[in-house]
Amino acid sequence: MRELALHILDLVQNSIEAGASRVQLEIVEDVDSDTLLIRVTDNGRGMDAETRKKVTDPFVTSRTTRRVGLGLPLIDMSTKQCDGYLTIESEPGQGTTIEAVYRYSHLDRPPLGNIIETIKTLIIANPALDFIYRHTVNNNEFALSTQQIAGALEDMPLTHPDVIVWLDAFLSEGLKNLHGGV
Amino acid sequence: MKTIEDLKRMREKFQAENNLRQAGGIEVIVGMGTCGIAAGAREVMSAILEEIARRNLQNVTVRQTGCIGMCEQEVLVDVVRPGEPRITYGKVTADGVKKIIGEHVVNGRIIEEMVVGKIAD
Repeated sequence: MRELALHILDLVQNSIEAGASRVQLEIVEDVDSDTLLIRVTDNGRGMDAETRKKVTDPFVTSRTTRRVGLGLPLIDMSTKQCDGYLTIESEPGQGTTIEAVYRYSHLDRPPLGNIIETIKTLIIANPALDFIYRHTVNNNEFALSTQQIAGALEDMPLTHPDVIVWLDAFLSEGLKNLHGGV
Repeated sequence: MKTIEDLKRMREKFQAENNLRQAGGIEVIVGMGTCGIAAGAREVMSAILEEIARRNLQNVTVRQTGCIGMCEQEVLVDVVRPGEPRITYGKVTADGVKKIIGEHVVNGRIIEEMVVGKIAD
């Protein structure tokens, strides 16, 4: 994947397929400690210890539509190429937490990419998902929860054209401020 | 500066204008497994949302789905018009999206040369 934002889309799709109704995404960019951390926490069905150990093997997948699962192996590989690591915490019935860490300044680190389009997709195309997005860049923080949006919208659909335009502008402004308004 | 308050105002306007909710919206579904994402599903989704906003389509909903096993045909986009079979388009690009929205979603004309599957309910 060319962008970390695409890996994020992939991780959240895994959570959805694990039956999660709530997914929290945290992105922490910290220049001081030279790390970029991506953490996805869900309340899906979770995995037992044996499965958890095997999921970074491309020939292991819970899916039945094809026999190869590349999502987690690709992320695992990309973190390792950048002095980072991937950790998976999971218990059956307790949900899963995936943490991908990269050395921020590593030359091979893929760019975060178009996080706005990733977040927009996740929110609009999964109206029933309780999604929390928290993004920190050094000392600045941007956070958004779909509960806030759903509370304001009531029966107005997320796919309403006005909502799509608003979400795009809201995320663009938020991300711009996160990077110090430049 | 955009705020959550904007949404409340939008909703009030929406509720005032939509006393009679149109039933039977059109559903557009994008395949977003690893295979779909690697093939450009997010760009396709962005193009769909852009078209919905640009054409001010108020009766279309979008959702994402996982891998359905036709990885080689990704990006897959399904269009479901009420009472009609579910049509699956394959190898969809951002340009293809304009065609699918303009022809099929808006005008109900299936673009046969892009179809890779049909499921009648």
